[in-house]
Order: sequence, then C-alpha cells, then structure tokens
Amino acid sequence: MQFFLEVLVAGALSGVMYALVAIGFVLIYRASGVFNFAQGSMILFAALTFVNLVERGVPFWLAFGATLLLLIAAAFAIERFVLRPLSNRSVITLFLATLGLSYIFEGLSQIAWGTQVHALDLGISDDPVSVAGLSLSSFDIAATAIAGSLVVILALVTGKTNLGLSLRAVAADPLAALSIGLRLERVTVIAWSLAGFVALVAGLIWGARSGVQFSLSLIVLKALPVLIIGGFTSIGGVIVAGVLVGAGENLAAIYLGPTIGNGVEGWFAYGLALVFLMARPTGLFGQRTWARI
Amino acid sequence: MASLPAPISVAPSEPPRAGAIVLPVAIVAAAIVPFAIGSDYLFGAVLVPILILSLAGLGLNVLTGYAGQLSLGSAAFMAIGAFATYNIHLRVPGFSLLPAIVAGGFVAAAFGVLFGLPSLRVKGFYLIASTLAAQFFVPWLLSQYGWFTNGSASGVITAPPLTLAGFDLDNPAGRYAYTLGIVAVLTVLVRNLIDSPTGRAWMAVRDMDLAAAALGIPLGRAKLLAFAVSSFLLGIAGSLWAFTYLGTVEPAGFDLDRSFQILFVIILGGLGSIRGNFLGAAFVVLLPVALSVIGGAIVGSTLDPALLENAQKIVFGALIIFFLVAEPDGLTKLLGHALRTRSSWIGLTKPRQLEQP
Repeated sequence: MQFFLEVLVAGALSGVMYALVAIGFVLIYRASGVFNFAQGSMILFAALTFVNLVERGVPFWLAFGATLLLLIAAAFAIERFVLRPLSNRSVITLFLATLGLSYIFEGLSQIAWGTQVHALDLGISDDPVSVAGLSLSSFDIAATAIAGSLVVILALVTGKTNLGLSLRAVAADPLAALSIGLRLERVTVIAWSLAGFVALVAGLIWGARSGVQFSLSLIVLKALPVLIIGGFTSIGGVIVAGVLVGAGENLAAIYLGPTIGNGVEGWFAYGLALVFLMARPTGLFGQRTWARI
Repeated sequence: MASLPAPISVAPSEPPRAGAIVLPVAIVAAAIVPFAIGSDYLFGAVLVPILILSLAGLGLNVLTGYAGQLSLGSAAFMAIGAFATYNIHLRVPGFSLLPAIVAGGFVAAAFGVLFGLPSLRVKGFYLIASTLAAQFFVPWLLSQYGWFTNGSASGVITAPPLTLAGFDLDNPAGRYAYTLGIVAVLTVLVRNLIDSPTGRAWMAVRDMDLAAAALGIPLGRAKLLAFAVSSFLLGIAGSLWAFTYLGTVEPAGFDLDRSFQILFVIILGGLGSIRGNFLGAAFVVLLPVALSVIGGAIVGSTLDPALLENAQKIVFGALIIFFLVAEPDGLTKLLGHALRTRSSWIGLTKPRQLEQP
C-alpha cells in the first residue's frame, strides 16, 4: 500500500509537468482557436537558447529575459506571417500550419545551438524527502509548486484583468470583439507571448530534470492526451487531467508493464484519452460547442 | 466561436474527361520511359520510393482529402500491412508474395476500421487522438512480441526474394515494374471509386456532415468505409516499402515522422486530388536530394548531415506554411494552371473559367 501510494503520488507530480506544457496550448486555443502543435518545439527552442546563453556566462535573469524577448519576437512573426494570412481558414488548416512551424523551430534551434545534450542546473536539489510517510523527490515537489503558482497567476491574469477579458472576448466572438475596438492582432500576439513564457518555464523545469535535448520537443505528444481529457479550454481541467494521466501512466508502467510488456507508458495516455473521448467528447471541463446551420 | 468553421479546403476534383486521358498516358509513360533511360540508382532510390509514397498519399488522401477525417497515424497502418504480409507469406501455406500483400492490405483495413470507430462519436482534431493512439500502439505491439518478427532478435525482418509467375524480379528495374503494376492498378480503382456514389458520399461528409446526413448518407458507414479503404492502401504501401524498396523492415521504420512525411505529400501535392499524390511524393523524395546537391555546391564539400537534416526541416516547415497560405490546393493546382495555359496555346482545349471560391 505504501509503495502503491508512492507510485501514485510520484506519477501525479510528474503529471503536473505535463499540465504545465498543456497550459501553453490552452492559452493559444482560447485566444485564437488554434491547436498549436509547435508548443513542444517552442519548449525545445526556449530551453536550448536559455542553456546556451547561461553556458556562455550570461547571468540567469538576463538569459531568461533575452530568451523571453526572442519568444515574443517569434510571436509577432507568427501572427504576421502565419496566422494573419490564414485567418478564417479551417481549424485543420491552422493545425497543419503549426506543424510546419514546429519543423521550423526544431530546425532553427538545432542549427543555432547544435544537437548535444546540455545539463541544466536550476539549483533545485533532487533528494528523496519524506512527506506524510511517503518518500518523494524534492525536485518533483518544487516543480509542482512552480507549476501550481504559474497556474494561479495565469488564472488571475485571464480571469481578473482587462487583458484577460479581451482574450476571452476574442475567443468568444472575433467579429464582435473587432467591432468594439479590440485589436485582434495584438491580442493574438499577447496570447502567443504568454504561451512562449509558459514554454520557457516548462523548458527549464523539464530541461533540469531530463537534460536539454531534442526529446523536449516530443513532450507535445504527452500533453495532447492531457488536453483531450481536460478539455481544450480549461486551465483547471488540464491540471486535473495532467495529474490523472501522470498517475495512471506511472501505475500502468509499474503494475501492467510486467504482464503485457515494457513501454506501456508510450501509448497508455492515448488509450485513456480514447476512453474519455467516448464518454465525454468535450473533455472533463471543456465547453460544450454548438453548431448552427 | 460564433462563425461556422470553414470546411477543410480541397481542390475540386479534376474533370473526368481530362483525367480519363491523362491517367492511362501517365501509366504507359511510367512503364516505358524509365526503362529507356533508367539506371539502378534511378529505379531503386528515386522511382520506387516515389511510387510507394504516392500510394500512401493516395491512402491518406481518401481519408483526409476526400472524407475529411484527419489522421496522424498513417505509418501505423503501413506497419500493419508490412508485418501482416510478412507473416501470411511465412506461415500460411500456398500464399505467394502478391496474394500475401493483398491479404496484408485487408488486415490493415480491419485495423483501420477499429481505430476509425471513435470517428462515429467525435470529429475534428479530437480524432487525431485515435490515430495517434494507433501510431504509438502498433509499433509497440510489433516490437513487443517476437512472433511478429519470427523471433528475430533485432526486430528487423528480411524480405523474401521478389518473383512473379516464375520471373525473377529481384533487381532494381524488376522491383520498379512490380511496384508500378500494383500502384497503377490501385490508382485506377481508387479513381473510379472517387467518381462513384461512394466517393460523392465521402465528399459530402467532408464538406458538411449534417447536410450529408440530411441527404440520407449514412455518416458512420461512409466514415468507416473511408478508414477501411485508406488503411487498405496504406497497408499495401507499407508492404511495398518493406518488400520492394528497403528489402528489410522494422517497426521503428514506421514512426511518427513517416506519418508526417505522408501528410506532407498530400498537403504539398493537393488535398482531394489523385494526381497531387504523385507530385507531392516526387517533391518529398527529390527535395532532400536537391538540397544536399545545392548545399554541397555552395559550400564546396559535402555538408554535415545533421546540418542538412535541420535545413531540410526548416525548408519543409516553411513550404508547408507557404502552400497552406498561398496555394492550398497544392502542386496539382499549379500544374493544372500551367497545363491549361499551354494547351490553350496550341488549341487543344479552351481555357477553363476559374472556379468560383
């Protein structure tokens, strides 16, 4: 029982890190209706840029700021050269365009910074600590705390400020938002910049845990089932879903792995997502959508 | 979103009359010209992969371009086809390679229907969860159990020698002829299927499913049939990839990147077009070759392969976005424009009016 609980909680904590990646999707999806496949390669780009600046002797916060500026510049370029020409096109077309974007991000970041694996030390120790009788990793707990506070900040920003109001207005009805004077381009750039910021934080945490390397860009594939279970529009939903997926994956790897074979965690999350899709097609907390004819 | 999502953008199907001439001419040309000028490199490393990727593109186009269901799991169905063919050929007495390839296609079709079942309940890109599930589950399954690879320790299987009715086709030209025969037959069949009520039903489902349902088209059956036909074609493409192109096969060769490659074939070539698959496949195979030649000429020596691979990624990514923005109907539309202008010069056809958007 003790062991079961430890597996469960460790999985749930790493699930929060999936959720951290998925939040970047939700931000962009809510503001521009785009399912951004490039979120994973943005994480790779952010982490590689940051770690290379730090290795060249740039102080932590300066490197953080410089990387963030690059991501904001990318948001401007993406709005101008990809999203604006594709406005009013189908969601699938926009999705395919972000697939193209992710190839560009991956190619660029590896040409600029090389393909070696970099270690990243954020100064957070990874020791076993005992919480309520369970042995957990201190790094996981710190990462969960960072992700949790980020979620609270983002929830406040999107829920309580004028900026958040305009983000939601654009998502609810772009035409009405335009006619009351909101600038669609600006709102889109802000949403993508926020997603860039989330990508940077996620990149640092994932990079510190597993090394800054190409596989960071594949986290996008872990975040997708989380999104489907949580619903594309709810920040709270993806946190719950992230915890569910992380815990389920860890339990499956430990308890199912020996019977049906190793590597179950490669597809388990998708199986779970399929079950949820059949039962609740809009996710746990997703908005029900209506189509008018 | 208050506004209805625009339907996925596709090329209008080519007029049947033009296609009725072009397709046989293209097949005859493909059967004659390469043998006049062919080298082993041209057959083995260029033409065979182009043909197979065209067939895979055709499979994905049936599902995505015609029936409007997005899939990111094409390579999984190729893997099923390849491994089913291998095992049927190996274990079932009396199955020579060609019937085994067809049987492998049917096995892939069955799995296509299975992973297509969620399409009855969800649509849009929620469906990519199902096809991605196939993409991750199938290679895992195939590498997990030794039975599928006949106990090969490395998980890599070796293809049997290629023969047909006593002829030895185990050389590059023979492999090309074998591949061309299968691809040509399937292309003609799919063309006819697209022009049949079945194809019309798919396009109705793609353009507006509610209206299609109101017309009395059984949505579920149309979608599942699209999954079956698409996976059948992908399964055969997978078998050919293993048996006439590579000569070996391993589950890792059918990964997510292969699925993306096939998606690029149909985006660049043209969604909802038969001809586009061939143009897109040729583009996808030849672009890396061209890039390495151009890059080598600029630098003056052979390029670092890692650099080349990343440069390829950037070029592919940029091209995808460019085509989606500037020419969503793909290369087939560009070629169509060029051909129409040309033939109107020499008085073959009257220039057609551009379709209203």
